[in-house]
Amino acid sequence: MTGTPDPLLSVRGLRKEFLTGSSGGLKKRRRILAVDDISFDIGVGETLGLVGESGCGKTTTGRLILRLVEPTAGSVTFDGTDILSLPPAEMRALRRRMQIVFQDPFGSLNPRMTVGELIVEPLVVHGVGDPVTRERKLRDLLDRVGLSIWQAGRFPHEMSGGQRQRVCIARALALAPALLVLDEAVSALDVSVQAQTLNLLSDLRRDLGLTYLFISHDLGVVHHISDRVAVMYLGQIVEIGARRAIFEAPAHPYTQALLNSVPSARKGRKSFFTIEGDVPSPANPPPGCRFHTRCPIAVAQCRTDPPRLRALADGREVSCHLAKAPPKGASP
Amino acid sequence: MPSTDQPPTLSAPPPLLDVEGLSVSFGSLNILNGVSFRLAPGETLGIVGESGSGKSMTALALMRLLPRGGRVTATRLQLAGEDILSASESRLESLRGARMGMIFQEPMTALNPVLTVGEQIAETARRHLNVSRAESRNRAIEALRRVGIPSPEQRIDDYPHHMSGGMRQRVMIAMALICQPQLLIADEPTTALDVTIQAQILDLMLDLQDEYHMGIIFISHDLGVVSAFTDRVMIMYLGQVLEEATANDIFTHPRHPYTEALLASIPELEGEPTRLNAIRGTVPPIHDLPPGCRFAPRCDHMRPVCETARPMLIPVGADHSAACIRNTDYRFP
Repeated sequence: MTGTPDPLLSVRGLRKEFLTGSSGGLKKRRRILAVDDISFDIGVGETLGLVGESGCGKTTTGRLILRLVEPTAGSVTFDGTDILSLPPAEMRALRRRMQIVFQDPFGSLNPRMTVGELIVEPLVVHGVGDPVTRERKLRDLLDRVGLSIWQAGRFPHEMSGGQRQRVCIARALALAPALLVLDEAVSALDVSVQAQTLNLLSDLRRDLGLTYLFISHDLGVVHHISDRVAVMYLGQIVEIGARRAIFEAPAHPYTQALLNSVPSARKGRKSFFTIEGDVPSPANPPPGCRFHTRCPIAVAQCRTDPPRLRALADGREVSCHLAKAPPKGASP
Repeated sequence: MPSTDQPPTLSAPPPLLDVEGLSVSFGSLNILNGVSFRLAPGETLGIVGESGSGKSMTALALMRLLPRGGRVTATRLQLAGEDILSASESRLESLRGARMGMIFQEPMTALNPVLTVGEQIAETARRHLNVSRAESRNRAIEALRRVGIPSPEQRIDDYPHHMSGGMRQRVMIAMALICQPQLLIADEPTTALDVTIQAQILDLMLDLQDEYHMGIIFISHDLGVVSAFTDRVMIMYLGQVLEEATANDIFTHPRHPYTEALLASIPELEGEPTRLNAIRGTVPPIHDLPPGCRFAPRCDHMRPVCETARPMLIPVGADHSAACIRNTDYRFP
């Protein structure tokens, strides 16, 4: 399976259905399967990159894992505890160990609180320490994320986007979590600041032994930070495996299309490989393989028979009837 | 402002766009400082920069579409030989749309949500091409077909919110190109799109450029997209051009430390990831600019002179200019 020995996080058969529209309205409510039966593990200290285009369910997956959104089915096991069966009080306690950082640092910081107040707020909420130890913790956290103590008295709007994201990271680290879910955490930043933030995340992972679920649409960023990568399409994982396997020899036609679509400053070419069409609506996904409507190699079987994830010889798993393990040393 | 260009010979046709010393100020704030470039028909110029670099302001100044209070000055601002700086508002209105089209990052905000896409494209055609209502609708259908919208006879009566982001951007392109303008200004046209859809739109723009031979100004923060899509590139920082060259040259042999640093900041898609060479610090606010070279406080090659002297954009090779004292024969103390 999606196995990692001794995982910190283990997700099995995770599903989430949403209903569209309001009840009692004129429109018929539609069922949207945002996340459809996905399973993966993340080992201690490992970073799993979760990549895909809009509407693929990657953000919902991150929220389901923290129970910010309740799953429809499936199980999430964190450090041996089945978190979906935990009563609210115990779940709250467990959340100290799993934190999330969002894309928009402005939207997730209270504009009336100073940076110092924002960073110690989780300690106050969870009743950790006293004012003296919190002050010491604040200095330590500011130092860790590369902010100065004099910035503790500032308000979020007085800081740049990159500094605000550092505040969000410091806040997420306040309760000494084991797992950080980073949801497009560097996507809104300018490239120079994005690089600083990625370096910071790498340092924190090394120094604090953190485990990351790194959710992003940016393939370059995912390649940079991930040990393993899962590619999602319309609510399902279509390929998952070691970073090198996925990027150097993608086996799923969708992974190949994604990678071929990225223009690179180093390749500098004037044509863009494309796959046809738009992502179909998740309210009405195609039968069979969900990618068959855009797949360049689809055969009759793909239109009726949904493929399941299966392991190839090199250990990566792929959900495609036709995918074969690439020969050794092959590149796309 | 030294210019790297030779004066045009008598026989040469004027460039499609000829810009010299373009500046924009709001009150006492100078947010664009002496931008100069030329664009030939069929050529694509990329303008690259981070937030606050003035890249979008350059586009708005070219179209004379600045927000209230903005003042444009220039030594020269000409579209196919016609002075845009002194053009009347009514003349500008007919130039926009007919001779220069523009597409933006988020088509949803540029399209009218209560009109069908067909009505919006047809209106542009009627305003600039003096055609009948029926003919303008036919042209709108043809334009939608040309930008790759399936069954355009039906989709023409859709409202923008019925369409996906990629389809809306195709509609924007159809609208911008209905009059076959000579100049297309594209401001982050694919930034809001998924990567496979971005590739489709970039391919479409290349096809249309081949067909209509229009000049394109392509504004983006994405160095990968710019390197693949453009012929020439201008790197902007805090309202100034720091480097300009052919796309190939600038990405393989950057001569400005900022360009070098930007390229080193991009995570690669291949190989073993190494620590990124991030640029230290952040872009300073426009009201608190460094007195010398604007990049000096973040530059790894900074010398004392950089803190006081502002380097000019000077030629550093064939068809390549950069604004850095490193490229001059100034002897560092």
